[in-house]
Amino acid sequence: MNTATLPSTGGAPAPAAGTATGLLIIGASQSGVQLAISLRALGYTGHITLLGDEDHRPYQRPALSKEFLQDKVGSESLIFRSNDYWIEHNVTLVKGERIEDIASNPDGSGVATGRSGARYPYTRLALTVGARPRVFEVPGSELDGVVYLRNADDALKLKELAPAATDVVVIGGGFIGLEAASSLQAMGKKVTVIEYGPRLVGRAVGEDTSAYFLEQHRARGLDIHLNARVSRIAGDGAVRAVHLESGEIIPAQIVLVGIGVIPNTQLGEQLGLEVDNGIVVDEAAIASDGHTLVVGDVANMPNPVPGAPDGERIRLESVNNAVEHAKVAAYALMGQREAYAGIPWFWSNQADMKLQIAGLSMGFDSTVKREVPQKGKFTVLYYRGGQVIAADCVNAPLDFMAVKQALAAGKNIDPSAAADPGTMLKTLIA
Amino acid sequence: MATINFTDFEGQTRTVDAAAGDSVMETAVRNGVAGIVGECGGSLSCATCHVFVAPEDFESLDPMGEMEDEMLYGTAVDREENSRLSCQIKMCEGQTLNVATPETQV
Repeated sequence: MNTATLPSTGGAPAPAAGTATGLLIIGASQSGVQLAISLRALGYTGHITLLGDEDHRPYQRPALSKEFLQDKVGSESLIFRSNDYWIEHNVTLVKGERIEDIASNPDGSGVATGRSGARYPYTRLALTVGARPRVFEVPGSELDGVVYLRNADDALKLKELAPAATDVVVIGGGFIGLEAASSLQAMGKKVTVIEYGPRLVGRAVGEDTSAYFLEQHRARGLDIHLNARVSRIAGDGAVRAVHLESGEIIPAQIVLVGIGVIPNTQLGEQLGLEVDNGIVVDEAAIASDGHTLVVGDVANMPNPVPGAPDGERIRLESVNNAVEHAKVAAYALMGQREAYAGIPWFWSNQADMKLQIAGLSMGFDSTVKREVPQKGKFTVLYYRGGQVIAADCVNAPLDFMAVKQALAAGKNIDPSAAADPGTMLKTLIA
Repeated sequence: MATINFTDFEGQTRTVDAAAGDSVMETAVRNGVAGIVGECGGSLSCATCHVFVAPEDFESLDPMGEMEDEMLYGTAVDREENSRLSCQIKMCEGQTLNVATPETQV
């Protein structure tokens, strides 16, 4: 009889082979980590296995495109919890393991099988598998030096390539692209950003904010091409240049692609879960089988904002959502229903610009802009039917906090008064 | 090595060793100190690592920047004169720091 324990690469001892873990969390991500932490805080006593496919202890991603890339923080600073914490909280860590097959039972239990051949029996399953970068396919996109930035290994590769490079082309003018472009510029590189659409960060912010970032980044020396298409990437093994359809040729020793992500729905599909732009979940973060918890970037969930139209669904890619959604799932596993807490928020730091977004602007019909140029402060408030629903705030944390507070309290901020940057938004909450 | 004493809202104190150069927030989070959230990982974006620094230690810290000052107006528990965001406090070798955590961070 095989009495060996299952693979474990940290934390508490694994259950004996053949013994089920209470909860198998696939994806050692922000949401996976938070789910384990929240369950322990709620008094969950079952064994937890937190399994990830990367060869790193569970770590925080946001700094990868910023402080970590620029060597302002080391890898230890990114680690979520000490090993002692996981031991004390009876959570087994498994790293470097990819689940390739899951056989599930009608009661929500099952057995997951990893690439290593190890089998992980579980009583309940959670998928916190996140998303993967959308692949850019043009002739030459397979060349050495064409890189992505999603995980720690991507960031390490970029850091390895950076010293020998003088020119970098960033494909995609979204958050990741602009954060990395700003970091690489601070590292002394000549950086060109190629954006397919008519404006920067088109998916996440309104036109005023896009225009502000365009102007500010250009003033700081970023070469930004909008409405630009890459025809091919040229090189001889290693990348040498990016060719645009316009005929322009831009030298590059590194091409960084940041054109969005695709939710990792493969395991959900294999389990027969409903999938539609992510794995579909209910208000309690439970998938269509009634058992599997699905949390974070991969989950297509009911819009959690109070007052959102009935039936509206959303998939959010953010730290804040990973954390709050995991809390909802933890309550659900404990048999409790708890509403999603707070207002979704996002941040992006680019050069000396600190963008904070409160709320979701989709469906807005008017905006109000406030600006204090000499302090680098810039805010756009979004309104729907006269009610404030969101704000983009650059270097304006007081505005951000005020809008977040107003939204959380179900209150409004008078649009005409908000246009005066000399008036504190906090005083207008009513 | 440095030492941080975290006293929670109910008066319970937990002592945690910190590496020199690490922030108070990351030390707390890594060790699971209740009362510090640090959702944004230390990038001065979330104001969920609010602490009250013991008055005798407060003056010894580097002064806060404008952004931290503004963020402190958005903490879940109102700021006081000795409030700081603990992601902005870096520990020095041999330092002992006493901080109190608020009742809630969110």
